[in-house]
Amino acid sequence: MTEPIISTHGLTRRFARTTGRGRSRARETVTAVDGLTLRIEPGESIGYIGANGAGKSTTIKMLTGILTPTAGSVRVCGLDPVRQRKELARHIGVVFGQRSQLWWDLPLRDSFEILAAIHRLAPKQSSDRLSELSERLQLGEFLNAPVRQLSLGQRMRAEVAAALLHRPRIVILDEPTIGLDVVSKERLRQFLASERTDHGTTLLLTTHDMGDIERLCERVIVVDRGRCVHDGALADLAALVQTERILVVDLAQPHAPITDIPTARVVGCDQTGVRQTFAFSPSDTTAAEVLAAVSARAEVRDLAIEEPTIESIVRRLYEGQTR
Amino acid sequence: MSLALPWPVAWQLIRGGFRRHSAYRAAALAGALTNTVFGAIKASITLGALASAGGRLAGYDAKSAMTYVWLTQALIAPVSLFVWNEVSDRVRSGDIAVDLSRPVNVQLSYLCADLGRAAFEFLPRGLPPLLVGWASTGVHIPARPLVWAAGAAGLVLGVLVSFACRFLMNVTAFWLMEIRGVQTLYLVASNIFCGLLIPVHWFPGWLRTVANATPFPSILQTPVDLISGRYSGAAAAHALLTQSLWLLAMLTAGQVALARGSRVLVVQGG
Repeated sequence: MTEPIISTHGLTRRFARTTGRGRSRARETVTAVDGLTLRIEPGESIGYIGANGAGKSTTIKMLTGILTPTAGSVRVCGLDPVRQRKELARHIGVVFGQRSQLWWDLPLRDSFEILAAIHRLAPKQSSDRLSELSERLQLGEFLNAPVRQLSLGQRMRAEVAAALLHRPRIVILDEPTIGLDVVSKERLRQFLASERTDHGTTLLLTTHDMGDIERLCERVIVVDRGRCVHDGALADLAALVQTERILVVDLAQPHAPITDIPTARVVGCDQTGVRQTFAFSPSDTTAAEVLAAVSARAEVRDLAIEEPTIESIVRRLYEGQTR
Repeated sequence: MSLALPWPVAWQLIRGGFRRHSAYRAAALAGALTNTVFGAIKASITLGALASAGGRLAGYDAKSAMTYVWLTQALIAPVSLFVWNEVSDRVRSGDIAVDLSRPVNVQLSYLCADLGRAAFEFLPRGLPPLLVGWASTGVHIPARPLVWAAGAAGLVLGVLVSFACRFLMNVTAFWLMEIRGVQTLYLVASNIFCGLLIPVHWFPGWLRTVANATPFPSILQTPVDLISGRYSGAAAAHALLTQSLWLLAMLTAGQVALARGSRVLVVQGG
């Protein structure tokens, strides 16, 4: 068995927080991460998801050695992150979605030059890597512009390039697509997917954008109030929470809503009665059976099956936990 | 804790600091104008003080006092006797997380960037007050290579001591979060004790003792004394040694505080 690239055991972080004002001031302890035990193998791509305040960012900061754990242990790339923070930094690339690692007043190219020096890349190594990143992330048009003049989409691409310049073994992305438009998001996701295929990079992603997870992650870890509530393949998660699937059919002729299929119910029907939407549970029936039942009653011209979004899955998972 | 910063890394960081400040040339010129105007005011007050003392005060005559005035005005920007809260702001906003996730020592990388800043500011902020001073009241810098060498070394040490002190003050943000109070105290203490307002040599004995128990004279008074040739030989060596010791002490304190502080760090803002 290979050594995991990230392993934590009972990882816990508590913060002291002052609440109230004046005489009612009191110190209380908040547990941001609570006994987290994880094992991540090299080359895996993990979606690390949870609501705001679930402890995602705190976990990442402990993995990179910026925060000291209150209890438990953590090893990343075989190193102790807090004690060997600087050594570990050579193997990790981090994008904090809301923070910049670029030099605001300098042309973007200068940031890469400084980072290449910081990571002790040989000149040839760094220029090759920069042209690769520049081509794939389309940085060329603004390499000479000061960072402060970049648009958000341009800057995020630059941030990702900055984090990946030294070919880290692990890339940790904390909300990398926050605030980006659809095209920019897709471009970034394509790049990350290809980077992983080409270099075997381990990817750990926190996000609120379920599109990121669907496009990039094979394994999903869901945290809630600092605890791991699910750890498994993306498909397992969908099966676990048993969400309904949606079948949309376009009929050849207008038809009254088809309500007499026992395993599916009509959840939508447009005014003409041509497009009808059915919901069914994959544990009771299959999409094919529902389609056959509809076809028996009316001629079907076109169809679409909608997979549940992870957002709804996570919501259901939360509901299940709190119930 | 690895303290080594290889030369190529240091060079890139110094260059980055230089270019970062050179992006704002108009601001530098505006700053130079301010320094020059205040220089003129300071020159007239200093001449007045000197006249009421009978023309000589603690080894200063009109010529050397004017040299002191214009040199301090020229060096005020390179040795940065201003508010600097870059690091404390980053602690407060949580952006310090980015600095901490790099494989370089945080203090030394800021030190390099600050050297770059000082190198940029040396001419655009230093030259205008010196030229105005030279043309108006006269500025006397001895044309002796040894004086120039000692002056240059003293100035570099002054820049470094100033950085080390300001960094240490910024690092208190790990505990305090909001350092405006510390900042104000620092500004008042450093501006008085570094010899910016009046030469430390003019202080009453007890206050001079207090000043010399702080690193502040090493930031400005000592470089100005060295450049203007007030010290020579053993006295100059002693001055440079004192600066070096303060530098070592302040850098060590900053390094220890940084290491301790990053242990208590609570990264702000998610």
